[in-house]
Amino acid sequence: MDGAARQRALTASLLQRAGLWREADARTRRLSSGRSDDAADATHLADDYRLLAHDLARARTLLPDSRTREYLEAAYARAHATLHRGAWHIGSELLTLFRDEIPAVVRSLRPYIIWSTTIFALAALAGYALVHRYPELIALFASPDLIATVERGKLWTEGLLNIVPSSVLSVQILSRNISVSLFAYCAGFLFGLGTLYILGLNGLMLGAVFAFVSRHGLGGPLASFIVAHGCVELSVLCLSGAAGAAVGEALVRPTHAGRIESFRIAALRSGKLLIACVALLVGCGLIEGYVSPNPGVALWARLGVGVGYWLFMLALLSGRLFGRRAARLR
Amino acid sequence: MSGPVRDLTVDSVTGIDVSLPVAGPGARAYAFLVDWHIRLIVALAWFVVGALLYNGRPSLAPPLSNDARWFGTVVAPALAIYFLYHCVLELAMRGSTPGKRMAGVRLVARDGGSPSAGALLTRNVFRLVDSLPLCYGVGLISVVLTRDHLRIGDMAAGTLLVFERAEARLPGSAAAAPGAGHLDAAGAEIVAELLERWSTLTPEARQRLARQVLERYGGGESAASGGDPDAAWRAELERLTSSR
Repeated sequence: MDGAARQRALTASLLQRAGLWREADARTRRLSSGRSDDAADATHLADDYRLLAHDLARARTLLPDSRTREYLEAAYARAHATLHRGAWHIGSELLTLFRDEIPAVVRSLRPYIIWSTTIFALAALAGYALVHRYPELIALFASPDLIATVERGKLWTEGLLNIVPSSVLSVQILSRNISVSLFAYCAGFLFGLGTLYILGLNGLMLGAVFAFVSRHGLGGPLASFIVAHGCVELSVLCLSGAAGAAVGEALVRPTHAGRIESFRIAALRSGKLLIACVALLVGCGLIEGYVSPNPGVALWARLGVGVGYWLFMLALLSGRLFGRRAARLR
Repeated sequence: MSGPVRDLTVDSVTGIDVSLPVAGPGARAYAFLVDWHIRLIVALAWFVVGALLYNGRPSLAPPLSNDARWFGTVVAPALAIYFLYHCVLELAMRGSTPGKRMAGVRLVARDGGSPSAGALLTRNVFRLVDSLPLCYGVGLISVVLTRDHLRIGDMAAGTLLVFERAEARLPGSAAAAPGAGHLDAAGAEIVAELLERWSTLTPEARQRLARQVLERYGGGESAASGGDPDAAWRAELERLTSSR
């Protein structure tokens, strides 16, 4: 048999298997779309995968520019994706995330958390000192309305619930805080400078506003307003900043094959912390909408809420809230 | 820079690599525009229906004072639909959205499998950067400049957009095996495709194509001299594929 005849015979034998490919592809499509939970289909998939791989290899050689090869490429890719698709159990995934993965991320980010908290605290001190020494600089950090209100001897938070209902206030606050927190993380993409800027600016603003209201004798009422939600809110900002700083450092000093790969690994790892941050900020928003502006809530109760929520945050981040310690003992 | 379509090649345990064609800026923009219209229309529809029910008369006007019911039932859900559309649907549809389906693309991880929930969330968080300064400027520049057409969110999540190849079909049964005469496998595919598309082509076009095919693979003499040329050309093609 000459070469051409041999090739023709091989091609013919390959194309006679088209029926098997169609059946394999139909099974894959049923499984990938979730339309089939038939055990027979699932056990067939591994055989189908091998069959398609084998025939695709022959088609690449015998029929490189044909629709048959294109069909097999698509069917093989679909079988590969279906076979390599992990099980999707959202409950157990969330439990693993909060019990094991987030505490591990917090531990690995510990140096970044210390640094971002230090930067934030230094910026707040700088803002306080700046406005305390040069009060007119408050115009750089606060709106004219806020300045005018404080100069009249009132906090802008007074009577807030008469203007905006608690529920609306909560949603507005939590969506704003979440976007600031996510931005602090994403801005790490700019080699960490964006994160540094967000942390520094927020620290400066906090310090500056505190210095300004203290000059008008309103430091106590402002602290009383902030204490219930602020402990966790400010901590979460530092945590997001730490996640962003880790992303930034991965770009500045890559630890893997390339910058992009380092960036991907750092972003995926530290990004898990953001899920906990968003959940905590939802709680902060509710507290800031319902508890903080409510003049009927006593200072001791606010303190209790603030400290209690902060301890809850520690339990969440250490995994103890989801039985991490119990799991270890077993 | 952006170039011709390249494939993502993924190793497999079978030893035969999986080849996935990477989607470029055009397919991405198409998918995004479809999704953008869907989320805008659904969010607006929610707002309009919610406002009409809230007001109890044909008016979309908001209340004069801040009202929790207006905000909670009309404004907040509409905003949630608009801003959480990609995040929720990509999680629910394992890396796809209606727009991506229409554009024939889907998200995959670097190993060719479905992206994890963490990767999908990270990809969507980075929309904050990709959408800067406006109209996804950063994302678009990144997609055009990178080899695999990745936006920043894809780089962070280790995902990329590939063509689904859903349109790839086996040629008709006539081409399932090459004829024993002059027709090889590639020729059999061409003839089968021409016969499949016969009714969609104009008589002049299909007769011209049939003549070209038959000139290459032999035959067609009887068609040239027959009474009904259209039917004769088709019969010649069918004879060519059935001759074994």
